[in-house]
Amino acid sequence: MDLLTILLEPLSYDFMVRALLTTAIAAVVCAVLSCWLVLIGWSLMGDAVSHAVLPGVVLAYIVGAPFALGALVFALLAVTLIGVVRNTSRVKEDAAIGIVFTSLFALGLVLISVTPSQTDLNHIIFGNLLGVSAADLVQVVILGVVAFAILVLKRRDLTLYAFDPTHAHAIGLSPRRLGALLLGLLALTSVVALQTVGVVLVVAMLIIPGATAYLLTDRFSRMLVIAPVISAACSVAGIYISYYLDTASGAMVVLAQGTVFAVVYLFSPRQGLIGTRLAKARRKRAVALAR
Amino acid sequence: MSTPAILVDKVTVHYGDVLALDSASLSLEPARICGLVGMNGSGKSTLFKAIMGMVKPDSGQVLVNGQPPVKMRKEAGIGYVPQSEDVDWAFPLSVRDVVMMGRYGHLGFTRRPRKADRDAVDHALERVELSDYADRQIGQLSGGQKKRAFVARGIAQGATMMLLDEPFAGVDKRSEATITRLLRELAADGATILVSTHDLHALPQLCDEAALLMRKVLMHGSPDVVLQPENLAMAFGLDVMNRG
Repeated sequence: MDLLTILLEPLSYDFMVRALLTTAIAAVVCAVLSCWLVLIGWSLMGDAVSHAVLPGVVLAYIVGAPFALGALVFALLAVTLIGVVRNTSRVKEDAAIGIVFTSLFALGLVLISVTPSQTDLNHIIFGNLLGVSAADLVQVVILGVVAFAILVLKRRDLTLYAFDPTHAHAIGLSPRRLGALLLGLLALTSVVALQTVGVVLVVAMLIIPGATAYLLTDRFSRMLVIAPVISAACSVAGIYISYYLDTASGAMVVLAQGTVFAVVYLFSPRQGLIGTRLAKARRKRAVALAR
Repeated sequence: MSTPAILVDKVTVHYGDVLALDSASLSLEPARICGLVGMNGSGKSTLFKAIMGMVKPDSGQVLVNGQPPVKMRKEAGIGYVPQSEDVDWAFPLSVRDVVMMGRYGHLGFTRRPRKADRDAVDHALERVELSDYADRQIGQLSGGQKKRAFVARGIAQGATMMLLDEPFAGVDKRSEATITRLLRELAADGATILVSTHDLHALPQLCDEAALLMRKVLMHGSPDVVLQPENLAMAFGLDVMNRG
């Protein structure tokens, strides 16, 4: 079997084409957002919000409202509750996050267990890439494009917010509003990614690409290109591998991202554990040769 | 008398149960450099935040050029140089990127810079003598260069008022002299500058006046009077006298 056949064969199935498109879109949007999340230190917040949207999605399913609406409401509820618990008790923020998101996630699981026609909803937890319908794809495309467009258009403000909110305030911007915008986009993006890898693994797509890109460059503008490119490539590779090895597709995508992170962590010429030593040894050798 | 550039009038601020400022008052004329001296926890940062309109006083009022701080914010008139601990130096931005952020208040919805903005950034970098370092990642500068990068941001912003939080912490003697000269030039051009510091020996060269802060402004006047040992003892406790 030659390479072309390997690449083209899965594309003869409509469900594979839909799976590839959905994952690629989700991967790109998540990756762009992840650049800010890892720099602000909001990884745990990403974890929390992506889990906390579950009851919102289930309730939206029950009443027939758009998933994104339910997710957005519960994302904001989660963030508010975390803030309230942190500010009005002696409980620290990480504990507050842990309490709120696990409770909301559990509420979602309970709601699923009492909702008839459980098949669709269980897929939200672990993802169901190969079962993405045409309607799902349309929703992912619309939400993905909206989130992506806002992120790209407001990227300079978001970076300023991440780097120096005090300066943002001093020149008349509202750090509070920018923070809220970022959280809203986090909720929206979570919904996009739910379809593909499921609630449990969304956080991987929201953290790993940004962290990987951060190890590769000193320029934020380049992170915004590197992260989505790596993420999209990992997604496509993950799906092909899962097709031929018959493994869980969402998990395979995350595994591919984790593997690339590990390679970069070890071999990045700027930051990598081994890469920096190799570069040093090369410089030494060059100096020795020059003598 | 002209309108003060900064007027802090009996401002009191609480954080929860903690009293940060207790009826503090300070008036600063335009184009002057004032050194704000006080211990950690004396309310220096809170006073800065009140001037920038980031904290609302429980009582009293702040006027910047005779108007509420919100007006000055809209004009992007206040430049802020944060203390080193408050900056993420590993953030993947170049010196030029950071200075460009000074222009954001003047830019449109997506903050896409125009030629005039790039020129303003180049000029600001030249002014603080960092043109050769423009493309370095900000963490790869020396302590003094880092401070100058943020001063450049204020210059690019066109700030007529600069607030500097501990600009001499972690800065070597030569950079300290460079920063002092730079700030004196900016004041000569009409900028009003408020500097918080507990580096007392740098104050007389830099400042036209000094103020002692200990939740309220204990004393405000010329540096050589304010910095008399018996006055410092009041702000710092007797400890400093015994050590110094």
